[in-house]
Amino acid sequence: MRSFRLVWANLRRKKVRTTLTIGSFTVALFLFGLLAAIRMGFRGGADAAGADRLNVINRVSLILPLPFSYRDRILRVPGVANVSYATWFGGVYQDERNFFPQFAVDKDTWFDVYADYVVSPEGRSAFMKDRQACMVGRALAKRFGFKVGDRVPLRGTIWTGAWEFNVVGIYEGNRPEADTTAMFFRADYLDESRQFGQGTVGWYVVKLSDIDAAVRVSEAIDALFANSPFETLTQTEKAFAASFVKQMGNIELLIMTIGLVVFLTLLLVTGNTMAIAVRERSGELAVLKTVGFSDRRVLRLILAEALLMAGQGGFLGLALALLAIPALSRALPMLGMLYVSPMTAVAGLFLAIAVGAAAGLLPAIGAMRLKVVDALRRV
Amino acid sequence: MVKIDGKGNGAALVRVRDLDKKYTRGSEEIHVLQGLNLDVDAGDFVAFMGPSGSGKTTLLNLLGGLDVPTSGSITVAGDEITRMSAGRLTSWRARHVGFIFQLYNLIPVLTAFQNVELPLLLTRLSKSERRKHVETALAVVGLTDRRDHYPRQLSGGQEQRVAIARAIVADPTFLLCDEPTGDLDRKSAGEIMDIIDRLVREYGKTVLMVSHDPQAAERARVVLHLDKGVLIEAAKAGGAA
Repeated sequence: MRSFRLVWANLRRKKVRTTLTIGSFTVALFLFGLLAAIRMGFRGGADAAGADRLNVINRVSLILPLPFSYRDRILRVPGVANVSYATWFGGVYQDERNFFPQFAVDKDTWFDVYADYVVSPEGRSAFMKDRQACMVGRALAKRFGFKVGDRVPLRGTIWTGAWEFNVVGIYEGNRPEADTTAMFFRADYLDESRQFGQGTVGWYVVKLSDIDAAVRVSEAIDALFANSPFETLTQTEKAFAASFVKQMGNIELLIMTIGLVVFLTLLLVTGNTMAIAVRERSGELAVLKTVGFSDRRVLRLILAEALLMAGQGGFLGLALALLAIPALSRALPMLGMLYVSPMTAVAGLFLAIAVGAAAGLLPAIGAMRLKVVDALRRV
Repeated sequence: MVKIDGKGNGAALVRVRDLDKKYTRGSEEIHVLQGLNLDVDAGDFVAFMGPSGSGKTTLLNLLGGLDVPTSGSITVAGDEITRMSAGRLTSWRARHVGFIFQLYNLIPVLTAFQNVELPLLLTRLSKSERRKHVETALAVVGLTDRRDHYPRQLSGGQEQRVAIARAIVADPTFLLCDEPTGDLDRKSAGEIMDIIDRLVREYGKTVLMVSHDPQAAERARVVLHLDKGVLIEAAKAGGAA
């Protein structure tokens, strides 16, 4: 673009104003990046949910257990390929700020049902042999420097006392955004050592032989335990994860509302700045038209200024957000892996550019319609 | 040869016929130009004088295609600009008209070189061709050594010389000057008029200039007086009414 130098020179005309406007976009996109990461953290479970898995929980509440005896009965339901189970442990590692999720799981079936977790054959074998064995995720291992052979002490909060585990393997996710912040250990170790709740599990995970049979199998499982002291609620894993998130309120709506308000404010602030910038330069714009710049070319010049500011600010904000997310992830460990997908980052950049275009459009149309004679008379 | 009786022979570069311009301010109608006729040949240097509000600048704006008349026609080098659409008029202006304003109207964030280059950004010239044109224009006005200075680093006279270089860089058909010395001291005004004079005599440019300054107007071959929207007098050697 031959007129780029003119656009660039105009942006440098009022350096403080340009910097502040770019700064507004930077702050907005920085916030967008963080909110997107937090939203992803809340949705992580739902997004990673397997379509071929069902979760069976106590119908009264997720925190109430289910009898261990249900496992074989669920396994006999037509359409069920495999059944595993897990129990939330809630232990503290050294300090309560070092939160990470720990689950007591069925050593035989857990990593078959969750093929998303990649475990080495040696690790799997050691997990089977050692009653105190545990598997830690790659992100968790990185966070605390855990390695195979380490002994990890946890202080129980539900089942009190000191618990010790041997790290026998580090599992990876089969996708970059997979959550590897948790620790899995053997349910039989929990069952023999806990003070209460023996013979129960937190929830069952059912692997379907046919994805399309999800509704039928769910109904069959719940019918099987209807009118029993432990009635069940069977949901797809996605619905289960979503209901888990909903326990904390409508986080998504909150995040979207904050984002919307930020961008609307940005639109108004930038629109006003651009309008002032154009009004101040009406004489110069008239001169450009006098020497032969067409109305449309003048419109494009103003729009280009707005887009350039939005693009620069947006890019900077997203870059800062990407740099800050690991720190945020450490500060909010209960959200698991926080990340911004490339798609979200591109969407953010487009959003910034769209806001820039919208903010620049009215002043640009004003500049396009500017009458040379009137503007020159005001000079 | 300049004529104001509407009896030109048709070979004039600028031909104005029965030009009327009215403005409406509230309920009042202001008749700025009334049935004006004018023929200006290529290479002429015409000065328009007259009291404030006589319509001088309005006439210049109409001749440059910046404004449209209420009625009448303006033909420049065979093109009837009063029939052109706004879009066509803009590109016509880029090709045929060089404007010089009283207050120079340079873009403050561009250097002298970049200001002069502005009209060439609309052409198909390459970067090196543009540079050559700009250097030539700056040399004509004697500002080669100030090419990288911003307007704020130049004196009024130097700014006006940059404005002249910008007006001539695309080699327009004619130059329209609106009080080119109105904001300058006597010495600088003399220098600017020397340059305009040279553009006419050495480069054969056609110049139409509005001025309040009798000394500036004296340089023109023909001085026309505008009063209440009517051209009433032509003077000086070579001019005829």
